[in-house]
Amino acid sequence: MTQAADVTVDARGLNCPMPIVKTAQAVKGLASGQILEVLATDPGSVKDFAAWSKSTGNELVEQTVDGGVYHFIMRKK
Amino acid sequence: MTVAELPVTPEAMPVLASEHEEETKPQSLAFICYSGDLEKTWAGMILASTAGAMGMPTKVFVTFWGLQTFVKDGKRVTGDNWMQKMLSIMSRPGIAHRKLSKMNFLGMGPWMMRKLAKQYNVSSPKELMEMAQALGVEFIPCQMTMDLFGIKREDLIDGMGEPVGAATYLGFVSEGASPIFI
Repeated sequence: MTQAADVTVDARGLNCPMPIVKTAQAVKGLASGQILEVLATDPGSVKDFAAWSKSTGNELVEQTVDGGVYHFIMRKK
Repeated sequence: MTVAELPVTPEAMPVLASEHEEETKPQSLAFICYSGDLEKTWAGMILASTAGAMGMPTKVFVTFWGLQTFVKDGKRVTGDNWMQKMLSIMSRPGIAHRKLSKMNFLGMGPWMMRKLAKQYNVSSPKELMEMAQALGVEFIPCQMTMDLFGIKREDLIDGMGEPVGAATYLGFVSEGASPIFI
């Protein structure tokens, strides 16, 4: 990981659309520029987070996958 | 130099250049939640909660059978006259009491759907609806359907908008919201 996250959302095991919905709720409580980390196991979340980032303007800084767990790092706009 | 020979550069078109840099505004959505079937309610609540998460300004106009979904789960009978009461008895209102349009099998189908959803961590329509509300999605009841079924404001779940008519819904669309009919 390149940056320490301000908030972590553990969406492992959750199915569509909960990883995105939980992330949107967590992002509300952050200030601009703060870092959010999301863990998910839903394979659809890869494209979903790209679309969410594009639509909301929150930057998707990094995404990795490790043993079926998707790891997203986002910066609030 | 004639006008046609002027170089076309971003500096020459400041308006276009600034438009390019400007962020795209999220598309607003105007749902019609018409069906009271479990599977369509589910799809609608998935899309509505996701729209809220995407930061898209979203309104959901709930009408006809869709309005039954937004009656409080604990409310068993709605309506003033015997026909309205009969309708609510024949088809129990509330989001927790939706039936499948196919393979309902006296409730066996929805029971299996809910069991599978739990097993695969798919959120229930009720959870998704509450998430959508928390993310700023507004559910708006149809005044005409409320009159037709004798449903009162106090029969409906908390946090719903003012009852309105078709013109208000179409007003959202004419202001640029994309219509989605479920």
